[in-house]
Amino acid sequence: MNIGVILEMAGEAAPQRVGLVCQGRRWTYGELLAAARGAAQMIRESGAEHVALLDESSAASVIALFGAAIAGVPYVPLNYRLADADLAGLLERIAPALIVGDVARAARLHSHAGNTMLSREAFVEQAIAAQWDGTSDAGEGVAVQLFTSGTTGTPKAAILRHGNLASYVFGALEFGSAPDDAAGLVTVPPYHIAGIMALLSSTYSLRRIVLLPAFTPESWLDLLEKERVTTAFVVPTMLARIVQTLGDAHRADLSSLRDISYGGGKMPLELIVRALDLFPGASFTNAYGLTETSSTIALLGPDDHRAARSSADPAVRARLGSVGRPLPGIELEIRDDDGNRLGANEAGEIYVRGAQVSGEYKERSALTADGWFPTRDAGYLDSEGYLFLAGRADDVIVRGGENISPGEIEDVLVSHPAVADACAVGIPSLEWGEAVAVAVVVAERQDHPDPDELCTLVRDRLRSSRMPEQVIFCEELPYNEMGKLLRREVKKLFAG
Amino acid sequence: MKPGTRLKSTVCTTEVMVIRAGQGTIECGGKPMAEAAQPEGEPDAAHAGGTLIGKRYIDAAETFELLCVKPGKGSLAVDGVPMSTKDAKPLPASD
Repeated sequence: MNIGVILEMAGEAAPQRVGLVCQGRRWTYGELLAAARGAAQMIRESGAEHVALLDESSAASVIALFGAAIAGVPYVPLNYRLADADLAGLLERIAPALIVGDVARAARLHSHAGNTMLSREAFVEQAIAAQWDGTSDAGEGVAVQLFTSGTTGTPKAAILRHGNLASYVFGALEFGSAPDDAAGLVTVPPYHIAGIMALLSSTYSLRRIVLLPAFTPESWLDLLEKERVTTAFVVPTMLARIVQTLGDAHRADLSSLRDISYGGGKMPLELIVRALDLFPGASFTNAYGLTETSSTIALLGPDDHRAARSSADPAVRARLGSVGRPLPGIELEIRDDDGNRLGANEAGEIYVRGAQVSGEYKERSALTADGWFPTRDAGYLDSEGYLFLAGRADDVIVRGGENISPGEIEDVLVSHPAVADACAVGIPSLEWGEAVAVAVVVAERQDHPDPDELCTLVRDRLRSSRMPEQVIFCEELPYNEMGKLLRREVKKLFAG
Repeated sequence: MKPGTRLKSTVCTTEVMVIRAGQGTIECGGKPMAEAAQPEGEPDAAHAGGTLIGKRYIDAAETFELLCVKPGKGSLAVDGVPMSTKDAKPLPASD
């Protein structure tokens, strides 16, 4: 099921329609398809075993994704923010490769006789000029390979087959379903699974892609207004900065925006409530997924948001903090440490199964014998099947045999008016095995709260086993560029 | 037949991608479809309802599912029994 067919269909059904806007240039689906086919030819002739992108998003990232698919060569967008030594290691693992983007840096870091290096401009120019021989790969192999962020040790090479990605696109979306005026603002980096899925889903829906390679809240708002954007996906940190900028009286006409989706990290409840008020005309969707599951596996849709916002029932209101219900093509279970299936409202590890779930790394498959993928995310389902996340399974604090989710402690801490952000981690304890420690960021224009006051707050709202044994204050918490809290870094703050 | 296989009509421009297939012959315009074909002639009048790009077609038992990637004048059938379109409930845009 070659995912190249997605662009072929768009090119067949709507060759004259604009499919991509980037850096002032507009590309029709017909032009994109011709360039992707030309790129496929170049890729095949290069003898490359991978097509790597070392660059921000641009027309080249769209053409490389589809071109690699048509050629049947895995597409490997790389994180250009990595340190030289780490990036060199990845380049070594994918040689011989056709590398598009920052060729000077790539050449400096790793040289291989079989590599072909092309700048963004040269790649696009040659792709347009190349003559396609008319053949497409059968699409039985790997479409995309993404290196995980590798917070511990060497990054793993997560593999997504054509069949995984196509199952999501064909199963969850309707071809050509976007109205003529639809435009989606894509500002997720190209090496992130959400960035890949945005290109595939937009193309299949015939929704014009408006690329914003480098996010700032001002440029996001300006482009939204200029291109009359109707749909946008943001990670929580982006939404926080957009909301802040709008609060600073940045004027933009946001009337075109109909759908805002978010995901990629825990969305603070206060932030989403504020955003719902700031964008009253927009529908909100929360998407939950992982690289290994071809992105979205559960959704909290616009109706769920409205119901939660207007309900008097605390259980329904609480769903604003959930990630919604699994997609129709996904089976989802919560299991305990021994692999036993748990019931409603019991927290454990999230397991998923379905055609879009890869769960596969180049080195090994993480799937169980019967095809379930242990996500290492912790969570529980409520009585109506809404999924609530409770951090990574590895982040659970085990104190005296009791499992404590850091999230519940953090939620209590940030409810204190002087606390802007908080992170709870487990630290070694002779008495308990692990004990709770918290790092707290003090809110602007607020005095440092008394640590004892914070401990009492947690004890009273939760119970004594959740009470922090150590409290430290810091300027800010460490997040990666996608807004993921780096808990291991926080742990180090308590090491001495 | 493997998922992902592309089949062409022998009587019109229709082209499909196999999502799922069981035992039986996939036909378009009354004639078996093939992986390589140059369309000739006209669809059988009883199988000339046409295909729509992007629509998914299923048989009654849902053992077959085809995605139309190029439209044409013929209509799809398995062993002479017409296929119907599968109406997906669209999900909210999330990516």
